[in-house]
Amino acid sequence: MHLDPLILSRAQFALTIMFHYIFPPLTIGIGVLMVAIEGMWLYTNKPIYESMAKFWTNIFAVNFAMGVATGIVMEFEFGTNWARYSKFVGDVFGSALAAEGIFAFFLESGFLSILVFGWGKVSRKVHFFATCMVALGSIFSSIWITVANSWQQTPAGYHIVRTASGFLRAEIVDFWAMVFNPSTVPRLLHVWIGAFVLGAFFAMSVSAFYILKEKHVEFAQKNFKIALVYGALVSLLAGATGHLQACEVAYNQPAKLAAMEAHFETGKGGTGLYAFGIPDPAEHTVKAGLQIPYLLSLLVYFNPDKPVAGLDKFPKSDWPPIVIPFLSFHLMVALGGFFIASTMLALFLWWRGTLFKTKLLLWTFVFSPLAAVAANEVGWVTAEVGRQPWVVYGLLRTADAYSLSVQPSHILWSIIMFSFVYGLLLWVWIYVLHQKIMHGPELAVASDAPEQDSEQQLFKAASERKNPLSNAALKETQGADAYVSDAIAGKAGQGGKDGDVVKDGEVGNDAKDGGVGKDGDVGSESPEEN
Amino acid sequence: MDMHIIMFMLLGILLSGYGILDGFDLGVGILHLCARSDEERRAFIAAIGPVWDGNEVWLVTFGGALFAAFPSVYAAAFSGFYLPFMMLLCALIFRGVSIEFRSKHKAKQWRSFWDVSFCFSSVLIAFLLGVAVGDTMQGLPVEAHGDFIGTLQDVLQPYPLLVGLLSVAGCAMHGSIYLYLKLSGDLQKRVHNWMWTTFGVFLAFYMLTTVVTLINIPSAVENFKRIPIAWGIVVMNVLAIANIPRAIFLNKPLYAFLSSAATILGLTSLFGVALFPNLLRSTIDPKFSMSIYNSSSSETTLWIIFWIACLGVPFVLSYTGIVYWVFRGKVNQGEASY
Repeated sequence: MHLDPLILSRAQFALTIMFHYIFPPLTIGIGVLMVAIEGMWLYTNKPIYESMAKFWTNIFAVNFAMGVATGIVMEFEFGTNWARYSKFVGDVFGSALAAEGIFAFFLESGFLSILVFGWGKVSRKVHFFATCMVALGSIFSSIWITVANSWQQTPAGYHIVRTASGFLRAEIVDFWAMVFNPSTVPRLLHVWIGAFVLGAFFAMSVSAFYILKEKHVEFAQKNFKIALVYGALVSLLAGATGHLQACEVAYNQPAKLAAMEAHFETGKGGTGLYAFGIPDPAEHTVKAGLQIPYLLSLLVYFNPDKPVAGLDKFPKSDWPPIVIPFLSFHLMVALGGFFIASTMLALFLWWRGTLFKTKLLLWTFVFSPLAAVAANEVGWVTAEVGRQPWVVYGLLRTADAYSLSVQPSHILWSIIMFSFVYGLLLWVWIYVLHQKIMHGPELAVASDAPEQDSEQQLFKAASERKNPLSNAALKETQGADAYVSDAIAGKAGQGGKDGDVVKDGEVGNDAKDGGVGKDGDVGSESPEEN
Repeated sequence: MDMHIIMFMLLGILLSGYGILDGFDLGVGILHLCARSDEERRAFIAAIGPVWDGNEVWLVTFGGALFAAFPSVYAAAFSGFYLPFMMLLCALIFRGVSIEFRSKHKAKQWRSFWDVSFCFSSVLIAFLLGVAVGDTMQGLPVEAHGDFIGTLQDVLQPYPLLVGLLSVAGCAMHGSIYLYLKLSGDLQKRVHNWMWTTFGVFLAFYMLTTVVTLINIPSAVENFKRIPIAWGIVVMNVLAIANIPRAIFLNKPLYAFLSSAATILGLTSLFGVALFPNLLRSTIDPKFSMSIYNSSSSETTLWIIFWIACLGVPFVLSYTGIVYWVFRGKVNQGEASY
């Protein structure tokens, strides 16, 4: 069997980067949400925000670990599978990666430990600071790698030099021109917004699930509203930044735009935009497509009559693949439309007061993170496949970039290994997330009445009922909402110093005693999962 | 100022930082299965929980800095060591998720699986990184264009395997001293014995490796002839090693830990002196060797990396300091623990 090292290395890179890219946007998106929630806790002192912050920290930590574990692969893969590429771009690309390590990864990993293990060890303000630093670190880590990628798309600030060892390479002439190459800013904005969209839809998904299952309802409703505002805003921004980036592509990589739109013949007059369709590169047509006339020209040039360059303007050897960029681009745009439509509808229903009764919409939100992950992935597929046949646009072809010294069978072996390992990791990750989500936020769990010693509990509860505080707790928790209400915990919290919230155990006891009176169906797991 | 030498030293600092910091948490992983109960294993992981991830960043940054400063070496070494590197990546993945996922579920099989995965991956990482050091010392079949033309057998020679074992033994010793610092009670008493055992094993491998290096790799001592001051590192290294049993005997574990950190620093420094000015020695022809001069990035880029390092390193040291300060003292399993 003949194995092509180029195809194998591309397949391996696609597999590892697409798996990796589930996690960074999730951590970036949730990081911002955590800052908002913990900031509210610091500002309002309401314990509900504390449990929200702790809940999201737990989720964040799991995603972060996955992001780190799969991210190390990416950094080393440039050298293992793409040695000629590494030699060509090292002078430019390497410094961006080194900056990422020094400026972002240390920041993230250092403060992450305070974020996860620092509750109670450091003051609330210091903890909030750590949360901000982790969120900032995750955003920083996206900057440098996106700069490096953008440089590959639109190289700037470099010159080509033949080294003493006889190979050609790109060397930096102007660092800032390299950093702010023409596509860096639009790409970075769109990457960030994409990450925020995923974070927001993930938070909405978990909250919608709780609302539908009538668990932790107060927590979930509050959380849903915060995430909805966040999600609606970033969904709109996704459209705006996407437009900006498409315009950038039209100017800097016109062949890519032509492939994204399967625009074969430049023609005369304005160019249309396909709403959907399936391109046929052999026939130079788009099948089952619906084209909106003049729209592409209007979007790119603000002029409906100016034609957009088609693929006929470029030598065939420089054509990107057409089917994948076309489909991935249109899928991304459609998903973007879904994000805007669903959040706008939810905002409207919220205003009308029926949001949490609209089950179909809530179920849609439960599954929406899949759409958000897909949108992030296909966006990158469009950018990367659309850049082909170049790995560095106009300078180095992908076919001249892979490692010559690696045997194809070894690459096949490593693909099999990664498939197996990533399959296992995906399963474990989903399993652990599922556990954490079913487990729910910490304070809510305290209202769970263990059934095995219910007699004892009832006794205790009966005696406690004489206590007005617990009585209030009982009343408060009688609804479907199993949550320790703000009022109770706030009252209990007044005794603590600096308005500190009462220790988990105390609130937990109150809630437990209060919760005994009602069915103990809420939360079925132990409060501490070790 | 010769930026090439400064970059060489920067890589040395990153490698030493990685060895000293991740060395102890790899060591804890290597010893992990010696802990008997779930309770004890939790204590082990809790001892490194807040810091292991930051420690690993030193390796990631080392990789990034190597890519930036010496891209040809990065390309040749990583593609040349393809299969060992893939195993290393696999081990790094498993190790990270083992620590994170172990505590997430109570079932015995679940925990046993991650325990074994944590221990094996830690052993493999320490071993493979040691093998890489051994290969770099011994040299590799690198041809004129800086491409590796050997096979897996060229990578897994006896000498690199010996250095791999030395690395595992060193990490185990470093880790046991760290555990002694962080633990308390009966477990700590048992760890006290492990410190002696691991030190003995390390000492044996250290002496064996020294003898084999002196006999097999004559080029390793050339720089010591040219730069007599380098003998100071040898003296420091021997003193640091000698101080480990002394400090254990006097029951000064922090002192023992610092001595073992100094030992690691000494070993990486010796590695650097032996290698200088090469990064990848060619066994085919010394002309093909990749040195800090013929394989570096442009002067402009080296300066950029230099400024990035100057700007970033104070921050890195302060975060590291803050984290170790916040989590100082004995392991105390609270609510947010493993």
